[in-house]
Amino acid sequence: MPENAKDSAQAGPVISVRDLRVQYGEREILHGINFDVERAQTLVILGGSGSGKSTLLRTLVGLEKPSAGQVWMKGQDLAKTSRTEMDEIRKKIGMSFQGGALFGSMTVGQNVALPLREHTNLEDSTIEIIVRLKLDQVGLAGFEYYMPSELSGGMKKRAAVARALAMDPEILFFDEPSAGLDPIIAAGIDHLILQLKKAFHMTVIVVTHELASAFLIADRMVLIDKGQIVEFGTKEEMRSSTHPRVRQFLDRVPEPEVSQELDYLQMLTEDTRNTGRMAGWRRGA
Amino acid sequence: MMEFVAQVGETVTDSLAYVGALASLVTRASYYAFIAPFQGKNSRWPGAVSQAMAVGVRALPILSLITFFIGLILALQSAYELRKLGALSYVASAVAISMTRELGPLITAILVIGRSGSAFAAEIGTMRVTEEIDALETMAIEPVDFLVTPKFLAMIVMMPCLTMWANSMGILGGALFGVARADFTWARYIRSSLDALLMRDITTGLIKSVMFGITITAVGCHEGFSTGGGAEEIGRSTTQAVVISIFLVIAVDLVFTALFFFAGER
Repeated sequence: MPENAKDSAQAGPVISVRDLRVQYGEREILHGINFDVERAQTLVILGGSGSGKSTLLRTLVGLEKPSAGQVWMKGQDLAKTSRTEMDEIRKKIGMSFQGGALFGSMTVGQNVALPLREHTNLEDSTIEIIVRLKLDQVGLAGFEYYMPSELSGGMKKRAAVARALAMDPEILFFDEPSAGLDPIIAAGIDHLILQLKKAFHMTVIVVTHELASAFLIADRMVLIDKGQIVEFGTKEEMRSSTHPRVRQFLDRVPEPEVSQELDYLQMLTEDTRNTGRMAGWRRGA
Repeated sequence: MMEFVAQVGETVTDSLAYVGALASLVTRASYYAFIAPFQGKNSRWPGAVSQAMAVGVRALPILSLITFFIGLILALQSAYELRKLGALSYVASAVAISMTRELGPLITAILVIGRSGSAFAAEIGTMRVTEEIDALETMAIEPVDFLVTPKFLAMIVMMPCLTMWANSMGILGGALFGVARADFTWARYIRSSLDALLMRDITTGLIKSVMFGITITAVGCHEGFSTGGGAEEIGRSTTQAVVISIFLVIAVDLVFTALFFFAGER
C-alpha cells in the first residue's frame, strides 16, 4: 500500500506468528506455529474439529495467552503490550464470532453503535448515520430496531459483521463465518467478505472448514492439524500439495475406522479440548 | 488422617481464593464506578438506572408483602411472651427494633438474592456461553466495567432504599396486630415505634444492607463469569450464586453485627 509506505512499522506483515504455543492447563493445543499475514490479504485457516484452529484465532485477538512464542500485530508483541496498548490494537480489529455474539438485550442498531459509543465522542446523530451505513454495507438496511432474537442465523452473522466494522478496522477476523448456514446464505457471507476486502483493502483472517468457501475467498491458506501447520501457501500451492494430510482434507477422505480400543480412547481424549478451554475461561475471569 | 488435614487445608485455601476473587471484582467495579469516569472514561450511571429499576423498583410489590407479613409475625410472636408479663404495649418497640436492626436488611437481602443475584449469574453466564464476553473484550470494552459496574452502582443505591421500605412495611405489619389486638391506635403505634428507635438502629441496618448489596453483586457476577460451556453450566452457576450469596450474606451479617455490638459497648 503506497499510502502507508512512510510508516515503517506498517511496512512489514500485519500479523506475524512466531513459534506460538498455547496450553490449556497441562494440555498443549498449539505446538509451535509460524506464519505471516500481509496487508490487505485474506488468510484462511483450515482445519478439522479439534485441530486448534479456533484456539489460534482466539490467540491472535488476545483472548488466549500464548504459553510460548509471540504474536506480532502491527509491529507490537501482544504478550508485551499493556492493557491500554492492547485496547488501542483492539480498536483497529474487528471480530465476527461463530454465533454472532450479539448482545441479546440490545437492538441490532445499539449493538453496532456500542463500540462507537464506548470509544468515540461522536454525537448520537452521527453514530446513527454510521450505524445505518454499516448495516447497509452488510445488507441489513432498516433492521436497526430489530432485536437479535428476531433475526435469522445468516442475518445475525451479518449484523455481527456490521458491529465488527463499526470502528473501521484494519483487520477483520471471522470464526466459522458459514457454519450452520444454508449454502445460499453462506455464499452471501463469502461474497460479503470479498466485497469488504475489495472495497476497504482490509486484512481478513477466516477460520473455517468449508472448502468451497475457503478456496473462494483466500489469498493464502494454512492447514492446521493437531496443533501444527501442515501446509501454508496460495490456493494453487494448496491444491497441488502432496502432503497426505492436505490430500485427505481436500479430497474429503474419512479417517480410517477405529478398530483398536486404544485409538478410540485417544480420540476421546482429543475431544477434551473444550473442557480444557473452560478451565482457561475460568482463570480468565 | 493426613488426607483429612490436606483436605481441610485445600478447602481453606479454596475459600480464601474465592473471597480474594470477590474482593478483586469489587475493587475493579468500584474503580470503574468512581475513579474511571474522572479519567475520561464513560460513566456507568445511565446503565445503573435501568439496573436499579430491575433490582429495586420491581422488587417493591413482593418485598412489601413479605415484610408486612414478617412484621405481623414478629408482633404475634413477641406478644405471645409479652402478654404473660402484661407488657403488650412493648410489642411496638420489639417489632421496630428487630425489623430495623436485623430482619429488614436480611429479608431484603434474601429476596434480592433470589430475584437479582441469580439473574446476574444467569445473565453473565449466558453471555459467557454465547461468546458475548469475548466479543466485549475484542471490542476493547472491559467486561467488568460494562457489566458489573452498573449492577454494582444500582445495588449500593437500591439496597438501603429497599431496606428502609422493608422496615416501614414491617412496622406497618406490626401495627395491624397492635391496632387489632393491643389497644393501639395507628398513630399511637407508629409514635411508640419511632420513640423506641435510635438513629443507630436504623443506620447500622442500612450499613449492613449496603454490604449485603456488594456481596450479592460480587457473588452473582463472579459465578456468571466462571460459567463453563453449555446450558446446564448456567443452571449450576445460578444455583451456586444463590447458595453462596445466602451463606456470605449471613456471614457478613454476623461480622457487622458483632462489630456494632462491640463498638457500642465502649
